[in-house]
Order: sequence, then C-alpha cells, then structure tokens
Amino acid sequence: MDAVVLDGITKTYADGKILAVDHVSLTVKRGELFGLIGPDGAGKTSIFRILTTLLLADKGTASVQGLHVVKDYRQIRKILGYMPGKFSLYQDLTVHENLTFFATLFDTTIEENYDIIRDIYEQLKPFSDRRAGKLSGGMKQKLALCCALIHKPEVLFLDEPTTGVDVVSRREFWDILARLKSMGITILVSTPYMDEAGLCERIALIQAGSIMQIDTPDNIIHSYPVRLYAAKSANIYGLLKDMRDNASVESCFAFGEYLHLTLKEDSGHAVTELEAFAQQKGHTGIAVKEISPGIEDTFIRLMNQKSQ
Amino acid sequence: MKQLLVFIRKEFYHVFRDRRTLLIMFGLPVAQILLFGYALTSEVKNADIVISDQAKDANTAKIISKIKSSSYFIVHEEQLAGPAIDAAFKKGTIKCVLIFPPRFGDDLRHDGKASVQIIADGSDPNTAKTLVNYLSMIMLNYQQDLAGGGGAPIGIIPELRMLYNPEDNGSLNFIPGVIALIFMIVCATLTSVSVVREKELGTMEILLVSPFHPMMVLIAKAIPYLVLSLVNFTFILILSVGFLDIEVKGSLLLLFAESTLFIITCLSVGLLISNIASSQQAAMLISMMGMMLPTLLLTGFMYPLENMPLVLQVISNVVPSRWYYLIVKAVMLKGLGFSAVWRETLVLAGMTVGLLSLALLKFKTRLE
Repeated sequence: MDAVVLDGITKTYADGKILAVDHVSLTVKRGELFGLIGPDGAGKTSIFRILTTLLLADKGTASVQGLHVVKDYRQIRKILGYMPGKFSLYQDLTVHENLTFFATLFDTTIEENYDIIRDIYEQLKPFSDRRAGKLSGGMKQKLALCCALIHKPEVLFLDEPTTGVDVVSRREFWDILARLKSMGITILVSTPYMDEAGLCERIALIQAGSIMQIDTPDNIIHSYPVRLYAAKSANIYGLLKDMRDNASVESCFAFGEYLHLTLKEDSGHAVTELEAFAQQKGHTGIAVKEISPGIEDTFIRLMNQKSQ
Repeated sequence: MKQLLVFIRKEFYHVFRDRRTLLIMFGLPVAQILLFGYALTSEVKNADIVISDQAKDANTAKIISKIKSSSYFIVHEEQLAGPAIDAAFKKGTIKCVLIFPPRFGDDLRHDGKASVQIIADGSDPNTAKTLVNYLSMIMLNYQQDLAGGGGAPIGIIPELRMLYNPEDNGSLNFIPGVIALIFMIVCATLTSVSVVREKELGTMEILLVSPFHPMMVLIAKAIPYLVLSLVNFTFILILSVGFLDIEVKGSLLLLFAESTLFIITCLSVGLLISNIASSQQAAMLISMMGMMLPTLLLTGFMYPLENMPLVLQVISNVVPSRWYYLIVKAVMLKGLGFSAVWRETLVLAGMTVGLLSLALLKFKTRLE
C-alpha cells in the first residue's frame, strides 16, 4: 500500500475564482523521500494542507497510510508529522518548553522517542533554555523538525523547510532527511529550490496548480529531448537579446553567468554556429559549449510547452 | 488530562511573559477602579460659585458660611453686576452665581419671606440642576434653623435617608459596573486575542494536526483566564474595600460564584469572537466595540436604563453584563441572598450555555 495517494485533487479559493490545485494525482510509496518541486504559488502548500486534513479539496480523493483525509481525519492527525512553511512554534517559550509541549500534546515524552531526534536535538541542547524567538533561522528549523518528529510519525510533511535558511543549514537539513528516511519514515517535502530536487528519490514538478512530470530526478533529466548549450560573452544581456532574435534558437534563458540555449534544428555543429553568430553580432569573450541539462532546464521547458 | 494541564501551563507562560497582556490583565482594573472611584463621579464637587452679597447682614453671612462649609462649592465673594456675570459665564470660569438683594435680611424679618437670585450655567444641565438643588437644600436648612428658634411655622420637613448608601458614597454605584466592564475587557478581549494569535503565528495549524481534540484547544485557552480573572476579582474587591470604603454586605461565596458564572459568559463571548476574527486587531476591535460599548451604555451603571427609549431597554436585555450588574448590586451592596437573584442568575446561566455551545460548535477543526 502506498503512503500517500492523491487522486484528481482540485482546490479553488475565493468561490472558485482562484484555481490553486488542478486535478493533481500522485502517489508516494512507503519509506520514500518524495519532493514537490515548484515556484511560489504553484499550489504546494494547498496540497500539503489537504493531505494534513487542514483543508477540504473541492474535487478528488486523497489518503494517507490508507486513511481517508476527510473521513478519517482524526486518525490521520495521530500518525503524521507536519512542519508548516512558516516557522510555527511559540517564540516566547524556550526550546525545551516547546519540545515538551508538543511531546505531551502527542501523548508521548521527549525520552520515549529520543532516538529519532537525537542527532538534531544534540545540536539544540546548548540553547535549550533559550526562547525559540531568539534562535537563528537554521536552529529554528531544526527545532520545528524536532517538534514534528517527537511523536515518531509514520509520514512526515515538510512544507518548504529550507526556504530562508542559509546554505550550510540547508545541506545539514537534507542530511537529516536522508537519515530519517533510513529509519523508515515516509517524507513528503516541498521546495522552490531546483538544486534540492536531486536529493529526493522521486519528484513531482508542479506549476500553476498542475503536475507537469513525476519521476526520479535522473529520469527527468534524461528525458530532456534535445541537446542543451551554454553560452556566455562579455555582455551577457546583449547576448541574451541577440540569441532570442536568432531565428534558429528555440529557447534562451539566463542561468547564472551562462545562457542556456536549445535550437530548433540541431545540425550537429551547433557550438561553432552559435560562436559564429555571436562574433558576427560583435560580442567578445565568447564561450559556447554543450552541457547536460538539470532539473531547472526541464522545468522551464515543460513550463513553456504548457503555456504554448 | 495531562495534555490539558501542559496546555494550560503553556498559556500561563504566554500571559506572564507578555508585558502587554499583563498590563491589560492587572494594570487596567486598578486604573479603572481608581478612575471611576475617585475621578469620574457624577457628583458635582468644588464648583466655582460667585456670591454677590448686596445685603451684608447676619442672615446672608450665615447662609454664606453654610455654603462655604459644604464641599460642593468654592466660594468667590464678589460684587458682580449683569454684564460681568455674563462675561464670567462665557469665559467658563464659574458654574453658578448667587445674588442676595440689598434688603434681604429686612425682607426676611418684616415680611417673613425674601428672595435670592440663582443663576446657573444651563449649557451643562445636569451640573446646573445639581448645583441649584444643593443651594436650595442649604436655604431650606437655614430656614429650618430660623424656624427652630422662633415660633415654628407649619411646614413639611422631608427627612432623607439614602438606603444601602448612608454616606452618599458615589463610587458605590460604579463598582459593580466597573467589575462587569473589566471582566468583559479582560476575558473577552484577551481570550479572543490569544486564540487568534495562534492562527496568526501558524501554531494553530500544528495544534489542529495533532491528536489533541480541537475543542480542548478552546477549553485550555479559557481556563487560565478564568483563574486569572478570579484573582483579579479578589484584587478588585480588596481595592474597593480598602480604598473606596465599600462594604461587601452579602455572602462572599455567592458573590464569587456569580462572578465565576459571569467570567465564563465573557470567556464564551471571547471564544466566539475568536472564531470570527482572523487577525489580532480584528479580534481586539470586535471585542472592544461589540462588548465594551454595550457594557458601558446598556448595563445601567453609567446611564439609567429606565430613562432610555423602549427599544434600547429591550436590547439591554441581551447584554450579559446588565444581569451581572443587577446581581452584584443586590449581593454586594444590599446584602441579599440567592433567593433575590435567582432569576438574573438563570438568565445569565442560559446565556452562558448558549454562547459557549455556539463557540464550541462554530470552532473550525480545519483551516476554513
């Protein structure tokens, strides 16, 4: 049996005027680390709230561990751990008071399930008498995770846990998730950062309320249908404009210091052709190479296909 | 059960760690009691009066000394003529003028009657009426003195006795009303704000996604405020007895029991508001406008209900504080027992059950 099942879930707000989730169907297997990848406003939080029994879907059905999210909501609330996108602990309570409160709320104690949170909590211990509001961003996130884990949930829902967290803390956070997965906890995590997608076992790319693709990160990258090129010059903005005006270029986007390009018809000599085109336009410091695509390239390609 | 206790402990942490809440909880009652007890009384005291004594005889001197010895007036003896009186009233420096005509004493002796002129500032009718009443009383009193000396003319002498309030203590009437007001503010506002704060912070999401019963969230929120309000009530009673010379005439136990009932009414109102409001400001506004104003206006402690249009009198019946005010007045000031207030208690209890069930039923177990 799958841990999480969504079947044709649709959710609208403001009396149906705003479509937040559009016929989303997906399944998360038991013990899987599943990522919901998409920009802000894609519908990730709505999906999380439907699964955590906080919102009712307009259409479709969903279940967690075989329990129906509407009919069996009381049972679901006992077995899932949820970390909302916003830091949601009591700022005026200390680290220890927060953890004790949530442990008791879930009818357990810190000691009983200490093995699950040990790795994380050891880092928080020096601050256990500090008020949660006075912690750093990374520490707050770890405390929130501890509180979501303290009752040993079967399924863990993490809504954008790494948004607004520094790079080092983000890396640590994903290490923690990998360890939790190895303990057999099913994890559904959402993130707007494409570079984090590769850390999940399977991902769903979501945009404007609907799912564009669900697969492993590797498969998604390999499914990229055309060759991808990177180009740069001294004047990157000028190059972007020129390339977009080039009739043989299918798409061109800025990616850090490079532009990522695809061509309408790939003759096999694309690198030299593009270099020649740039030179002809008077660019200097030109570099063009073929690269392997990443998740973000796939995302943008799918997004463009959808909007066309 | 353990969950509830831990939840309640958490609520106490919130209260004691938030200076604003503490201030509203304990600072406000003290301020209100002192304000209403000392400053905001409907009594008129120390009014500036100009006495223009054109007779200057033994009679006027005696009357003036009587006026001076009362605490109601600050006497200025000046010879004011028509235009000057007008100017002084316009400037607002005086409230009242008393003029004795030149032959006051003679008239009194020879004709057995004399007249004085009293001019009061009618732009403030209540004060004007009160001052004129005071002056008339003093005159009457002097007349009685005179009569006592000589052959007594037959007259009706009213003997006044202020029941339940022999010293004419003005704060007496206010205290029950202020107590009701304080409970409304403290219980309704603070509880609604504390529930809505959880929504705003996002902690409500986590509380809902837990095995803890959603209704218990409300109960756990209300209990600390019930306890704190009872502490507050004790505090107010001590203040009233200690500083405002008010005596608790009836059973203290009954007073506490009735107050507990009213506190629960207020808490239910607060919980109901928290269901509607989505931000702390909204909760604050609704409870202030929706609760404080009716309590101030329609309870009867500031403005007598009997004088209001019938519509307002009917509306006042749904204001819970109105009933509580009647109960406290009866028990605390008149020393009556439960048999005298059972009807009011029943109404209040009915309202509480209604409000509380509505609040619990309306509580959303989801986000929308």
